[in-house]
Amino acid sequence: MNRPELKQFIKPKHINDYPVGPSFDAGFLTSENSGWRTEKPIVDAEKCIGCWQCYLFCPEGVIFKSNNIIDIDYAFCKGCGICARVCPKEAISLIKEHK
Amino acid sequence: MPQRGYFIDKGTQVMNRKEFISGNEAVAEGVRLVEPHVIAAYPITPQTVVVERLSEMVEDGSLRSEFLHVESEHSALSACMGASAIGARTFTASSSQGLLYLAECLHYASGGRFPIVMMNANRSLALPWSIYGDHRDSLSQLDSGWIQIYVEDAQESLDMVIQSFAIAENLKVLTPVMLNLDGFVLTHTYELVEIPEKETVEAWLPPFKTPYAMDLDKPKNMGFSSQPCDNMEFKYQQHRAVIDAKQIIKEVDASFGKAFGRSYGGMVDAYRCEDAELIVISLGSTTGTCRTVADELREEGWKVGVLRIRFMRPFPEEEIIEITKNAKAIAVIDRDISFGFEGTVYTNVNSALSRNNNSILKLNFIAGLGGRDISKESIREVFSDLGEGLNHGKVKHVKFLNLGVKIDE
Amino acid sequence: MSNQAITKINARTITDKEFFYGHKACAGCGGSVAVRLALKVLGERTFTVVPAGCMSAVGFIYPQLCFANNAIISTFPGTASMLSGVAAGAKALGLKDYHVVGIAGDGGTADIGIQALSGAIDRRDKIIYICYDNEAYMNTGIQKSGLTPFGAKTTTTPAGQNIRGTVTQKKNMFEIVAAHGIDYAATASIGYIQDFLNKIQKASQVEGTSYIHVFAPCPTGWGTPVDSAIDIAKEVVDTGLWYLAEYENDEFTLNRNPKAFSSVEKYLKQQSRFKHLIDEDIETIVTSRDKKWERIRRTWKL
Repeated sequence: MNRPELKQFIKPKHINDYPVGPSFDAGFLTSENSGWRTEKPIVDAEKCIGCWQCYLFCPEGVIFKSNNIIDIDYAFCKGCGICARVCPKEAISLIKEHK
Repeated sequence: MPQRGYFIDKGTQVMNRKEFISGNEAVAEGVRLVEPHVIAAYPITPQTVVVERLSEMVEDGSLRSEFLHVESEHSALSACMGASAIGARTFTASSSQGLLYLAECLHYASGGRFPIVMMNANRSLALPWSIYGDHRDSLSQLDSGWIQIYVEDAQESLDMVIQSFAIAENLKVLTPVMLNLDGFVLTHTYELVEIPEKETVEAWLPPFKTPYAMDLDKPKNMGFSSQPCDNMEFKYQQHRAVIDAKQIIKEVDASFGKAFGRSYGGMVDAYRCEDAELIVISLGSTTGTCRTVADELREEGWKVGVLRIRFMRPFPEEEIIEITKNAKAIAVIDRDISFGFEGTVYTNVNSALSRNNNSILKLNFIAGLGGRDISKESIREVFSDLGEGLNHGKVKHVKFLNLGVKIDE
Repeated sequence: MSNQAITKINARTITDKEFFYGHKACAGCGGSVAVRLALKVLGERTFTVVPAGCMSAVGFIYPQLCFANNAIISTFPGTASMLSGVAAGAKALGLKDYHVVGIAGDGGTADIGIQALSGAIDRRDKIIYICYDNEAYMNTGIQKSGLTPFGAKTTTTPAGQNIRGTVTQKKNMFEIVAAHGIDYAATASIGYIQDFLNKIQKASQVEGTSYIHVFAPCPTGWGTPVDSAIDIAKEVVDTGLWYLAEYENDEFTLNRNPKAFSSVEKYLKQQSRFKHLIDEDIETIVTSRDKKWERIRRTWKL
């Protein structure tokens, strides 16, 4: 697996269910960050040239290479817009999200 | 001669070399036998000889540990935690100002469940400055979550270095251990010490193996934050582990006795307490003087005993309650004072005994601060005060022994 | 040694794996870009130490643990010393082919952490130390640090009638570290990302101690738009207020020598933390930049 994924976290019921001291599995995710967004980045596949600058600059690492262009893991995208700013072809637009 | 605090298991036939060494050197010999992966320590009087001997051993190749010349005590324990976090066995040593400088790391190490062993040379705390011995440094850190041991002589120092790793690294414990030696009185006094064979230590002490360390195959995130909904559970775990250590301490001591021919009787060391009416309780090397005085008083017809507490954490409540159950009065000698109240050992002993709900007289004597000598006369005064207290004489609940001046009280 | 040791690392060749993911940093955080990419360059076989600060606070709240490889939080002053311990432990255990990296902010590097850093460099412990510089103690709420630049408003250096923000200059950590004779040190910026990737890769191959000081804007603390971190990080280098340089073998090398500097005033005034500056302050800043560059151009390899 290339990146940590959401896992089902079962709240401990007995003290022995807790990890021994503060030491636990690396890359264990229990909650999304998608709720932080007010805007969502959408990629125009026609304009994208697969230069992967957005992939490089994303603070979250949610942009990944897919089919020679990119795709986005929206579960953890915070909608900061850096991807849109760095894209040399203006292939990414930020669309207001309504929840 | 008073009976020594340890017993020889006559079944064990081990021929070991004997050396005339100081308490500090005995600690270094113990560390050489254990051969931790990483040693990181900063020199401070009166611990310096430990660090110096260890670096000599590294130089001559007899100790193959990674030796870090850290630039402060805080960095010493911090480096040990880094090494422990990756699964390495580690050792450090400090004292007094250094112990307090690294105090943040004490809680970090115990909360992090790093089984580090640290030797502490008990020394007074500034101000005023004093390089001489008392117990104010380690006793002020009793709540830091470390197992705390107080040894009496150089042989016990060496032996307990080895036992400390066995206790700390036991997966039911995983708690760091502080091994306390009286500054100068024990660290710098020379005695004949039997040094076990390395093979015996290697056969007895298992290698440090933990599933909780950072691992390239099973990566971990460690030292994380907890929210209010989780913190108490982690703390309860720690508390439980120190309590569970009581059983491990006894098992380790018994097993050590079988392998090395010496054991120390567990969490306390009782001398002539079985029929004692008056019992003096002390820590560390002072106990030797107490036993000598006890023997003299016994000759004079007094029924007296001496109880040495070896482990302050976990606290040997059951043993103390049991051993003093038939006594009429006990005195706790504290080489420390919690200003405005009592000595800390007394507070702990008093709390344990108060649950027994009997009318035993309990007095606290503050002695030996900043290296003040604790003489036979002072110990006699302690026993005498206990006697007077029983005869309804007015005796102070907390008394400073052997002050050089008169006070208005 | 990273298995990307020979190939130059760029957007094409960098690993697909993510090692810093799902964290709770502010949207648009410059520091996260630096951390995420540094860990991608170093790869799976990396032990990371992070002190109290933004990156640990956002990445390690049980049970959400955001570092996909081995990582531990150190005490605030103890990042470099914990790194020394990890490196010594790894060596003693006979581990092979791994990196030991520390990622600390202003405080953990230049102030409370400077003693341990000095000691680690002195010992030549085989560690990589990365300082992500957001020019204040951001995690605790934007207080002044040793790396806060002259004139910046912070919560402990407010800008008012009597005092106009920070009155001290930024500590020159790059030269402080170089003065130790460190094996390798470099300055970088997330605005010049290829240079940063190259320097992390270079640091990963140093047989000794290396230090990378990366400029990592904090839109939240600086008062700039949420998507501005990369642009600002490029602009600061173009104004000459930050430089890209390296130190090794007793020699300083300037990696980028602009023919002309872009406007300092424009760079400063777009950030809320500098809005209060008057002409006199801007002049002070420009003069000190010029003085520094005069010395750099006279004494460093260009």
